[in-house]
Amino acid sequence: MNLSEYQGVWVFIEQNEGEIEGVSLELLGAGRTLADKLEVPLAGVLLGDGVRSLANQVVYYGADEVYIIDHPVLKDYRTESYMKGVIELAEKYKPEIFLYGATPNGKDLASAVATDLSTGLTADTTMLDIDLENRLFEASRPAFGGNIMATILCKKHRPQMATVRPKVMKALEVDHTRIGKIIEETISLKEEDMRTKVIQIVKDVSKKANLADAHVIICGGKGMGDLQNFQLLYSLADSIGASVGGTRDVVEAGWLPHHLQIGQTGETVTPKIYFAVGLSGAIQHTVGMKNSEIIIAINKDPNAPIFDVATYGIVGDAMEILPKLIEQFNELKNHTGGELSYV
Amino acid sequence: MHIVVCVKQVPDTKIIKINPKTNTLDRRSAPAILNPYDAHAVQEAVRLKKLVGGTVSVVSMGPPQATAIIKKSVEIGADEGYLISDRAFAGADTLATSYALSKALERIAKIKPIDMVICGKHAIDGDTGQVGPGIARRLDIPPVTNVIEVTEVIEKDKKVVIKRKLTSGYEIIQAQLPCLLTVEKEINEVEYSPLPNMIRAAKYESIIWTVADLENVDKVQLGLKGSPTIVGKMFSPPKPEGGIRLEGTANEQVNKLMDLLMEKKELFTLQTTK
Ligand SMILES: Cc1cc2nc3c(=O)[nH]c(=O)nc-3n(C[C@H](O)[C@H](O)[C@H](O)COP(=O)(O)OP(=O)(O)OC[C@H]3O[C@@H](n4cnc5c(N)ncnc54)[C@H](O)[C@@H]3O)c2cc1C
Repeated sequence: MNLSEYQGVWVFIEQNEGEIEGVSLELLGAGRTLADKLEVPLAGVLLGDGVRSLANQVVYYGADEVYIIDHPVLKDYRTESYMKGVIELAEKYKPEIFLYGATPNGKDLASAVATDLSTGLTADTTMLDIDLENRLFEASRPAFGGNIMATILCKKHRPQMATVRPKVMKALEVDHTRIGKIIEETISLKEEDMRTKVIQIVKDVSKKANLADAHVIICGGKGMGDLQNFQLLYSLADSIGASVGGTRDVVEAGWLPHHLQIGQTGETVTPKIYFAVGLSGAIQHTVGMKNSEIIIAINKDPNAPIFDVATYGIVGDAMEILPKLIEQFNELKNHTGGELSYV
Repeated sequence: MHIVVCVKQVPDTKIIKINPKTNTLDRRSAPAILNPYDAHAVQEAVRLKKLVGGTVSVVSMGPPQATAIIKKSVEIGADEGYLISDRAFAGADTLATSYALSKALERIAKIKPIDMVICGKHAIDGDTGQVGPGIARRLDIPPVTNVIEVTEVIEKDKKVVIKRKLTSGYEIIQAQLPCLLTVEKEINEVEYSPLPNMIRAAKYESIIWTVADLENVDKVQLGLKGSPTIVGKMFSPPKPEGGIRLEGTANEQVNKLMDLLMEKKELFTLQTTK
């Protein structure tokens, strides 16, 4: 394999019913940095049915080029059809780096593509960089339960591929003045040849509304003591219109269902305000919340690691602090007769 | 129906201790277990077998001790268990692993044609989830990942109906057999093993193969040699600096916090609704 034939950074643009997934925009941001370091173009790879109108958005978020395959068979994501399109593009245009969101579909697609291209794929990365001297992509991910980061390299195969966790990278500000090149390719796909059919897609709105989209999250840890004390968090949540989440220990204690767990093996969240109450701040927890805009930690142990990621720290007993906070917020509301809202 | 489940022996990361000096896993501190997702995969195969009849085989790649998880699979209800074990497999990344396992599956298919392959969503020691789809590609059968329910097996049409988890919600997919599924934990509850299974498992001798027992193997694609990825370096994640500690009594701290939050007008505003 002649490595120098492979140039450019690609991002797979995941779209659902005409809407681009947040993680793809984040990856355009991260990909922009990589492409600038390598002095190569950044391209988005957009597959679907009737998706041409999304190409501009891909450019506005940082791409120089957009590769499009628009075909009725690509209406819903399926490994077999999407894989075929992506592999044909990669074989023809030879990118050196190819990023995918670490979503169910992104991971599924990347795994299949890597196998057919016989190349390396690093899963669930959280840090991306370039070793300019060797022109190598450095894809890092938490290893061994997250206490340490491992940088994975793919020295002799191209493209160098990685899936990247959602909500870790930052999307660029949208820039409507950007102009990009659109490259449309065709593909021969027949519905009769497909071995899988998507019969129905059932969207779950309840869960999303809970954590991933919440502006304010109150997250409780084992330090809440028991299920009864844990209820204090709901009072605070009610007073400021927040959602409640928990650490793994809390979920294991049965105080919360698993889908409300925040951290490496739970949800990754980036609310405007994150209250971390009675939780120690283990690295497996903080990877899932450290990109929140404001983090408020309440812990009675002044040495708890959560204070290292907190914007504001209160050293104290949660059972004493929480009622006072709730009172203050309620007073504020009653006083002005208004509702708190988040921009 | 012949269902083959791919299983892996992993250290129990729930119990595992981290060596604070080296920041690496102290593998000796943790018992080796059947990867929890794979236990659900075996359970699902056993459930389908009860539904439509057939055979459940399991296959693993690993050191000789990995026969322990094959016994465990037999406890859950698997009929046969194969272990491929050879130094040539050592150091395999996901690409080389899917290659070796696909060769084992081809060999098993010669003994009895395979209708379905089931894998766990991922292994808890690597967390990649890449091996399942990789195997499907190598066998040229459709992969369906993140499965939360096998709703129906339509034997006469050689089709299955499956619920697949998405970022938000799920989708219903119809797939032709043979296909490969990777399963989530919520697909089933792993049941307590009935006594006859326990007895059978205790006596069960796994079928162990080396590379020489597999056919048409391109040795360059095995183990470390066949692995395009390598671990470059390990490092501790950069430690963040931390922000402001609020001082004073509980009341003073809370008041200070309220002041700080109210200053953050760009995030947090009070709207008068009346
Ligand atoms: C592979 C792996 C994956 C993991 N994934 C996750 C994950 O996704 N999410 C996750 O959260 N964890 C995860 N963990 C577990 C993680 O390592 C920690 O064990 C866990 O986050 C600790 O939960 P905690 O902070 O609630 O409890 P603890 O660590 O027990 O902390 C309790 C804290 O409460 C404080 N406290 C006690 N009483 C009070 C009081 N009255 N007022 C104020 N503070 C008080 C204590 O000082 C202490 O800091 C994972 C671990 C592993 C090995």
